Amino acid sequence: MASPKIIVVGGGLAGLAAVIKIAEAGGNVDLFSIVPVKRSHSVCAQGGINAAKDLKGEGDSTDKHFDDTIYGGDFLANQTPVKAMCEAAPAIIDLLDRMGVPFNRTPEGLLDFRRFGGTLYQRTAFAGATTGQQLLYALDEQVRRFESEGKVKKYEGWEFLSAIIDSKGVARGITAMNLRTMELKAFPADAIILATGGVGAIFGKSTNSVVCTGSAQSAVFQQGVYYANGEFIQVHPTSIPGEDKLRLMSESARGEGGRVWVPRTAGDKRPIKQIPESDRLYFLEEWYPKYGNLVPRDVATRAIHKVVYQLGLGIDGQPMVYLDLTHIDRETLDRKLGGILEIYEKFVGVDPHLEPMKIFPGMHYTMGGLWVDFNQMTNIPGIFAAGECEYQYHGANRLGANSLVSCIHGGFISGPNAIRYAKSLPAIEGDGGAAAELQRQAEINAGLMKSDGTENPFKLWRELGATMTEHVTVTRYNKGLKLADDKVLELLDRYKKINLSDRSQWANTSFAFTRQLKNMLELSRTITLGGLLRDESRGAHYKPDFPDRNDEKFLKTTKASFTGTTEGPKFEFEDVDIQYIKPRKRSYDAAK
Amino acid sequence: MATRTVQFEIRRQAAPDAPAVWEKFELEWRPGMNVISSMMEISANPVTADGKPTTPITYDSNCLEEICGSCAMRINGKARMACSALVDNLEQPIRVEPLSKFPLVRDLQVDRSVLFENLIRVKAWVPVDGTYDLGSGPRVYPQQQEVNYPLSNCISCTCCMEVCPQFNDVTNFVGAATIAQVKLFNNHPTGKVLKEERLRALSGDGGIQECGFAQNCVQACPKQLPLTEAISDIGRDVVVQKLSDWVRS
Repeated sequence: MASPKIIVVGGGLAGLAAVIKIAEAGGNVDLFSIVPVKRSHSVCAQGGINAAKDLKGEGDSTDKHFDDTIYGGDFLANQTPVKAMCEAAPAIIDLLDRMGVPFNRTPEGLLDFRRFGGTLYQRTAFAGATTGQQLLYALDEQVRRFESEGKVKKYEGWEFLSAIIDSKGVARGITAMNLRTMELKAFPADAIILATGGVGAIFGKSTNSVVCTGSAQSAVFQQGVYYANGEFIQVHPTSIPGEDKLRLMSESARGEGGRVWVPRTAGDKRPIKQIPESDRLYFLEEWYPKYGNLVPRDVATRAIHKVVYQLGLGIDGQPMVYLDLTHIDRETLDRKLGGILEIYEKFVGVDPHLEPMKIFPGMHYTMGGLWVDFNQMTNIPGIFAAGECEYQYHGANRLGANSLVSCIHGGFISGPNAIRYAKSLPAIEGDGGAAAELQRQAEINAGLMKSDGTENPFKLWRELGATMTEHVTVTRYNKGLKLADDKVLELLDRYKKINLSDRSQWANTSFAFTRQLKNMLELSRTITLGGLLRDESRGAHYKPDFPDRNDEKFLKTTKASFTGTTEGPKFEFEDVDIQYIKPRKRSYDAAK
Repeated sequence: MATRTVQFEIRRQAAPDAPAVWEKFELEWRPGMNVISSMMEISANPVTADGKPTTPITYDSNCLEEICGSCAMRINGKARMACSALVDNLEQPIRVEPLSKFPLVRDLQVDRSVLFENLIRVKAWVPVDGTYDLGSGPRVYPQQQEVNYPLSNCISCTCCMEVCPQFNDVTNFVGAATIAQVKLFNNHPTGKVLKEERLRALSGDGGIQECGFAQNCVQACPKQLPLTEAISDIGRDVVVQKLSDWVRS
């Protein structure tokens, strides 16, 4: 038979990695992306990519990387795929190096590595502080090469709307919308791979890019794909609060020696430099002497919240703490962290070489996502998922610099598996449901175009973001989670009275956004209600009323399925694969 | 006390063949606001300064950290990234227009795919044998990495092309961004295997000889790429390549 047609949705690291594997195997692949793929959100990753290559003579190993990742994720991740990822990581770094990623080097010309959170080893390869950008470009270049050879067809500026699912429940392609002409079209395929990133926009302001709405995940969730561990949302300890977004300040700043502190006395009016060491509270170093400033993100974030909200020690009474690099020499900072220091200076107007940065935690990463099996396939045959949009590699908390490796690894696994699956796919009957699905999407669009209510979609979105950030991020109470879900139900109701101020059929970005908003609202319920059910504290999910981890009840994957009812999704729990490392107490007060 | 406000004048155009109009907006000032956050504000309340309802503005944006390269536009006449254009540093009224050298889509959105086509033309990639495990990459000394890394920071925003007097329909000039990528890949121990092909791609119509050394590119680049240095290095290599091709022919 002719080589199967695979559609990849999303052109970040995971999507591009999948495309490369498919093209290399001689497959036939179409790549869909809202933005030109070189502008995907992976470009924002800063600090580095983990692989236990042990080039620093520390005795690091892939087993240690595996243990750090499982422990850092509070034992919620299935161990088989995580083990495979850690074992694959060194070869992934070598490949990226061969592709020309300008990694920082040692004097001997070898890859340099630095330390990141949740480990005691220098395991993170990096290209300045723009590692994600450099990795994305390397894969983008390889895909461009395949494109020039006619092996890949790109559909940039097309937004995925839904999967086409036949009468037997098998995926047969996608529907998508051209964001310029607003044309709707069905694209048949033998398998599809979603690589559509995180859900930051559900939280209003986050470190994520504008396209990270989770809309695609939500669409297939509403079509029957399970959504797993949705309640696990990573709040990065160090972001720069902004009007339009929270800009990331990489963990690598601490990896290179950055120190987090506040004045010991609230309202200390002295200029920063006149506050002596003894009057500074280096709270991470004091509370976590072994890991210090490099505790995992959930731990650092909660510590900052404690300093600000319980001890009342935020700088000038504001929700902010110092991240201080001023003790490190300028040459080292520029060589290893140049990119992020430039971001801070540009957006805040203060030179972090000279003055400590003011930072605060911000929503950053979606640990949960589409449920997939170890082959990266969801419960709907023919729909695969890779990268941040699926749930499988990070458990209850992701370690810094593990996302880039999980994206590429997940892409590399999903591509060949999609081909293998597609090769044994029974022939399509009729159009496989394409016309009916296209009709359904056309009706949604027509309904939206006609809407003439009073609710502005962007205002509804702000309300969603504010509610989710208040109740469903760092500290969660069941009362607050219920409030948040009630609010989302209210927003879903008000969504019916939406006012689309722009009805044109040309490059109508608010129309596209309004469609995404509906999907954001539906998915936010899964995050909130999943959190409500989980009466324990594990990784990033922290409930003061249930401060301990409860393995007996909750060492389980949360699996949500869409019902379309007011009650919300149906939840079930699935056992976690713990065959390699026995769960033990997670604590960063001392070496583990 | 009257609230402090910010004045905007934004060039609107509903479609490529529609007439361009200017719309004025007055927004409440907020600390740290930039041109993108201002346009988000307009989306939530699409009303002009004289109270007339309008549509949200169409523009490209994604990361809002000046790393994805999406939101290039002309702000007070200068080609730059809108996300890092802090309102407090701009003279008002802030005039926002689309880039002028690229086909207009709508409002501030333009089609910059020509850059990606150029990158195909010069084979801007390292031709690896395959993605299976072939061991570590070639040794690269820090001194080389420090030359290559800045070139690899190009965000494809096309500001350098917008400001270049030679980048137009008459010359078909590829522009500085593409030339910098040629230098990057020709520098790479494996990438340089395609060096001759890249140099030949830059020696014909629209090639490097179209550069008029206006040096606007290096001024406009938001990532401070050493563009003029790359152009002069590659210009020299192209001449050498031409000579050697001529001798061999």
